[in-house]
Amino acid sequence: MIAAYLLLMVPVIGMVVLSWVNDSHLAGRINTRFNILALAASLWLAVDVLLKGPILSNSQMLYIDSFNVYLIVLTAFVGLTTSIFSGPYMAHEQELGKVGKKRLRLYYTMYQGFMLAMYLVLTTNNMGVMWVAMEGATLATVLLVSLYRTPESVEAAWKYFILCGVGIAQALFGTVLLYFAAEQVHGIQDNALLWTVLHEHASALNPGVMSIAFVFLLVGYGTKIGLVPLHNWLPDAHSEGPTPMSAILSGLLLNDALYAVVRCKMLVDGSLGNHEAGNLMMGFGMLSFLVAVLFLHRQTDIKRLFSYSSIEHMGLMTFAFGIGSPWATFAALFHMTTHSLTKSAIFVTVGYASQLAKTQRIEKIRGLINTQPAIGWGLLIGTVAIAGFPPFGVFASEFLVLIATMHDYPWLTPLLLLGIGIAFAGLFRKIQPMVFGDIPKGQLPIRANMLPVMIHIGIVLLLGLSIPAFLGNWFNQATHLISGKFPL
Amino acid sequence: MEITQLSHYQQAILLLAALIALTSFLMLGQSRLLRLVFIFAVQGILLSITTALAADVLDSPHLYISALLTLSLKGIFIPIMLQRLVINMGLHRDMETLRNPARVMMAGTGLMVFSYYVCLPIVKLSPLITLNTIAISMAVVLLGMLLMITRRQAVAHVVGFMSIENGLFFAAVVSTYGMPMVVELGIAFDVLVAAVLFGVFFFHIRSSIDSLDVDQLNRLSEVEK
Repeated sequence: MIAAYLLLMVPVIGMVVLSWVNDSHLAGRINTRFNILALAASLWLAVDVLLKGPILSNSQMLYIDSFNVYLIVLTAFVGLTTSIFSGPYMAHEQELGKVGKKRLRLYYTMYQGFMLAMYLVLTTNNMGVMWVAMEGATLATVLLVSLYRTPESVEAAWKYFILCGVGIAQALFGTVLLYFAAEQVHGIQDNALLWTVLHEHASALNPGVMSIAFVFLLVGYGTKIGLVPLHNWLPDAHSEGPTPMSAILSGLLLNDALYAVVRCKMLVDGSLGNHEAGNLMMGFGMLSFLVAVLFLHRQTDIKRLFSYSSIEHMGLMTFAFGIGSPWATFAALFHMTTHSLTKSAIFVTVGYASQLAKTQRIEKIRGLINTQPAIGWGLLIGTVAIAGFPPFGVFASEFLVLIATMHDYPWLTPLLLLGIGIAFAGLFRKIQPMVFGDIPKGQLPIRANMLPVMIHIGIVLLLGLSIPAFLGNWFNQATHLISGKFPL
Repeated sequence: MEITQLSHYQQAILLLAALIALTSFLMLGQSRLLRLVFIFAVQGILLSITTALAADVLDSPHLYISALLTLSLKGIFIPIMLQRLVINMGLHRDMETLRNPARVMMAGTGLMVFSYYVCLPIVKLSPLITLNTIAISMAVVLLGMLLMITRRQAVAHVVGFMSIENGLFFAAVVSTYGMPMVVELGIAFDVLVAAVLFGVFFFHIRSSIDSLDVDQLNRLSEVEK
C-alpha cells in the first residue's frame, strides 16, 4: 500500500520542486528523475498486487487490482520515456525562441500535474474522485496546448477546454445518477460512490437509473477518449501543442479515459444483466473507427494524421470492450498496451522529423532517411507497426480483435477489415514520400535521442512475437475481472 | 399527488427548482453580457439557498460547507471576475444580436420536455419531487449547452459552461443530499481553477484575434482553405 501513496506523492513533490526551477536543462533532468521514481513505485505496486492480489487502502480511497495496476505501470513507463525525450526537445524549442523560460517552468510543472491526475484516475476507488482527477487532467494540459501562443494553438486550446469541459460535465451527471441509484439500495450508506461497494451491490442497483447514468458517463468520458462525434478537440490539441504533450495525450490520457468507461461498464453490466452498455460502446467504437480512417486521407499536418490514427485505435478498443467476450476483452487490453507504446514512439519521432524539416506540413517533409537515417527509419518502422503489420504487437492485438468479432458478430468483420485496409493505405500514402526521396535544400541532421523510440518499438516487437508469461497471466486476470471468465 | 400534500421543504425545493429553470431561460434570451453575468450570479445564489435549505431540513451539516462554497464561488467570485473582465475589455456596451431568439426559446422548451421524458424511469422508484428536480437539473445542463451553441462571445460560453455545473450541483444536492465531502471539495477546486484559466484565456484569445468573438477562431479545420 505504501507504494500507492508513494506513487501519488512523487508527482506532487515533483510539481512543487519544478515550479521553482528556472534552468530549463536542469528542469528537464529533474522531470526525468521524478518519472524514474514514479516508475519504481509503480513496479513495487505491481509486484505487491501480483503477490498479494487486489489491495484496498485502509480508508478505502484507493483500490488496486490487476486491471488498473498494469495501466499504472504503462502510464509510468510512457511518462518516463516521454520525459527523457522532452528535456532536450524543449531545450531545442527554447533555442529556436518558440517558448520562454517562464513558460517552460509552467510546462514542467504541469507535466507532473498531468501525471498526478493520471495516477489518481487509475488508483482511486471513488467514482467522484475519478471524475475530479479526469477534469484535473484537462486543466493541467489546457495551458500546455497553447504553450506556443500562436493563434492556432490558442484556438486549439480553447476548443479543447470547452469541448472536454462540457463533455466531462456529462460524466459528472452520470456520477450523480450513479450515487442516486446506490443510495436507493439498503446497506450502502456513506460509501455509495466507492467502486468496490458499487460493484459488490451491482445487481441491486436500479437498472433504469443505471442505463441513463451509463449514457452520460459514456458521452462524458467518451469525449476524452476521442470518440466520434466528440473527437474534434483531439486532432487540434495534438497538432498545436508541443510534441511531448501529443505523445502523453495519445499514449496515456486516451487510455485512462477508456479505463474509466470500462469501470463504469462493469457496474452497469452487473445491474442490467444484459448487453445494452456493450452495444452502445460497440456502436460508438465502430463509428469512431470508420470515421477516423476516412479522415486520415485528408490530413496535411503530420501530427493531425497520427492523431486520427489514435482515434481509429481508440475506437477499435472501445468496440472490443463493447463485445465483452473474454477474447475481445483480452484483445482490447493487449491493444491498449501496444497502441500506447507504439503511438508515443511515433509522436517522439514525428517531433524530431518536424524539427528537422522545420514544419509539420506533410508536403514539406521530404527525404528523412537520406538526411538522418535514424529518424527516417524510426518513422517508417513505427508506421509499419501502427498499421498492424506482423511481427509487431499491434498486429497480434488487432488479429485477436478480429477473431473475437468473427466469433460473436461475423457480419461486422468485413467492416473492420475494410477500415484497417483504408487506414493502412492512408498512412502509407503520406509516409512513403516523407521518408524516401531526395534531401530538400538546407536540411541538416539534428541532435536526436532515439533511445525511447527503440525501447518502445522493441517492446512492441517482442509482444508481437510472444507475450511473456507473467504479462499474459496479468492480462488473463484483468480479463477475468472485466468479463467474468478466463479467455483460455 | 396534490402539491399541498407535500411538506414545506419539498414545496420550497420545487419553487427553487422552478426559479433556477427560469434563470436558465432568462440567460438564453439575454443579449447584454453584464446582465447575463448578473443572472448567472442569481442562479448561483439560488443554488446555494437550496443547498442551505437542504442542510437545515435534512440535518446534514456538511451541506452548509457546500452551500458556502457555492455562494462564494458561483454567487460572488466568478460573477465579479467575469464582470470586471467584461468592463476591462470594453465589452459591456456591445449588444450581441441573437439569431432567431424565438426559435432558441422554442428549442429550450423542447429540451425541458425532453428532460422530463428521459427522467421518467426514475419516477418509479422515488417520489414526485425527485422526478421534478432531476428533470430540471438535466434541463439546466442542456439549456447551458444551448446557450453555448447560440452565442459567439467567449464570455457567454463561460457563463453557459458554469451554468451546466450549476445544474449538476443542483442534481447532486436535491436528489442525493450532496456528494461526499471529498468529491465536493474536489469539484469546487476544479471549478475554481477552470474559472481562473478562463480568465487567462480571454486575454490569450484577445491578443491573438483581437476580439472575443469565438466565431473568428476558425483557423483549424479539416478542409484545406
